[in-house]
Amino acid sequence: MIETDILIIGAGPTGLFTVFEAGLLKLKCHLIDSLPQAGGQCSEIYPKKPIYDIPAYPEILAGDLTDKLMEQIEPFKPGFTLGESAVTIDKQEDGSFIVTTNRGTKHKAPIVAIAGGLGVFEPRKPPIENLSEFEDKGVEYIIKDPEFYRGKDVVISGGGDSALDWAYFLANGVAKNVALVHRRNSFRGHLDSVQKVMDMAENGKLNLITEAEVVGVSGNGVLNEVLVKHKTQGEIKMATNHWVPLFGLSPKLGPIADWGLNISKNSIEVDTFDYSTNIDGIYAIGDVNTYPGKLKLILCGFHEATLMVQSAFAKIHPDKKNVLKYTTVNGVNGF
Amino acid sequence: MEDSIIKVTVIDREGVAHELEAPTDMNMNMMEVCKSYELPVEGTCGGMAMCASCHMYVESETELPEKSEDEEDMLDEAFFVDDEKSRLGCQLHITPELDNLVVKLAPVG
Repeated sequence: MIETDILIIGAGPTGLFTVFEAGLLKLKCHLIDSLPQAGGQCSEIYPKKPIYDIPAYPEILAGDLTDKLMEQIEPFKPGFTLGESAVTIDKQEDGSFIVTTNRGTKHKAPIVAIAGGLGVFEPRKPPIENLSEFEDKGVEYIIKDPEFYRGKDVVISGGGDSALDWAYFLANGVAKNVALVHRRNSFRGHLDSVQKVMDMAENGKLNLITEAEVVGVSGNGVLNEVLVKHKTQGEIKMATNHWVPLFGLSPKLGPIADWGLNISKNSIEVDTFDYSTNIDGIYAIGDVNTYPGKLKLILCGFHEATLMVQSAFAKIHPDKKNVLKYTTVNGVNGF
Repeated sequence: MEDSIIKVTVIDREGVAHELEAPTDMNMNMMEVCKSYELPVEGTCGGMAMCASCHMYVESETELPEKSEDEEDMLDEAFFVDDEKSRLGCQLHITPELDNLVVKLAPVG
């Protein structure tokens, strides 16, 4: 059991900055995030894109913002449970909460701060009616272990980096045959990834099918065949036991929606006094919350986190007077 | 000042048409216009043509600027794409030329 003062769900910019503000008040934090790395959308969707509305940074790359936040909170030694999503929350008799992830990791804290952004990132699934029948029976949205595909026939769909990189990797002596199906002739991935795949296709090591998409799946219990619709050549049936559609990730609020919190417009309602939710001890900050006048901006998340930890402190230490720390006086004293 | 406001129509996923006024002098795009009227457009990436959550179909004959390579590439990763009509709302900048534009929100993929 991991125990901490403030359990933060979501390691995006708001969740990360919460560690700093909590640390100033000598409160320890632990963060849970479904992604394998900290940074949330900033590291997952647009690490190389500049952000222009962070005070004092006329321009900063989203990836650099994440790195700088990690550096800023380092003195406070936050704990991380990455690559796991928070699934259930149970209130204990002493008023604390136990949050359990999809992998069964348990976390105990008197305060839970939900900084979940737009939610848990899940693979985007192509709109094929009977697709769910073949999930984990030949259709996989994530390649967890490439060895699984050794000696097998694999069809990959998508035009981004993950589709290109995996197609290249699997076609390089791992899988028996690899076909990459993509809607257009050009790809979104990095130029060198695109070139590597093109070269392989030219050498006959990879079956590149462009201007085409997988529109159907069939099989008897397990996947046997995908139906590929080509722009000019019509429909082609391809025998395969493995189809990996790689169309990126999209966020879903997920299990948090069932925690008994007041929710409107897919966001958690909070009191703007301290960003508390309708459940005593649970707060919601950043893009995941809503209130009159809400703006989903990183800088608003920072402000919300700062006010939230004051309220959390008062709850954890009801006997102590509220404290306000100016970092200008003593600097930052870590743990 | 009147001249700096254009009218656009957004048909939501239930088929309801919303007639909206959009300012041409605020450097806005269709994703932002939809969000400011609280229509169900996610705009996850904040308008950088990186997520396709503002995918919409252009239903009017309005002359639009060509798609950038980024937009084309992102639409390739989207679902329910109509080669003739599909655009990313965040890449449709509100200019006087867009007056009377009609768009329909694409299904959520």
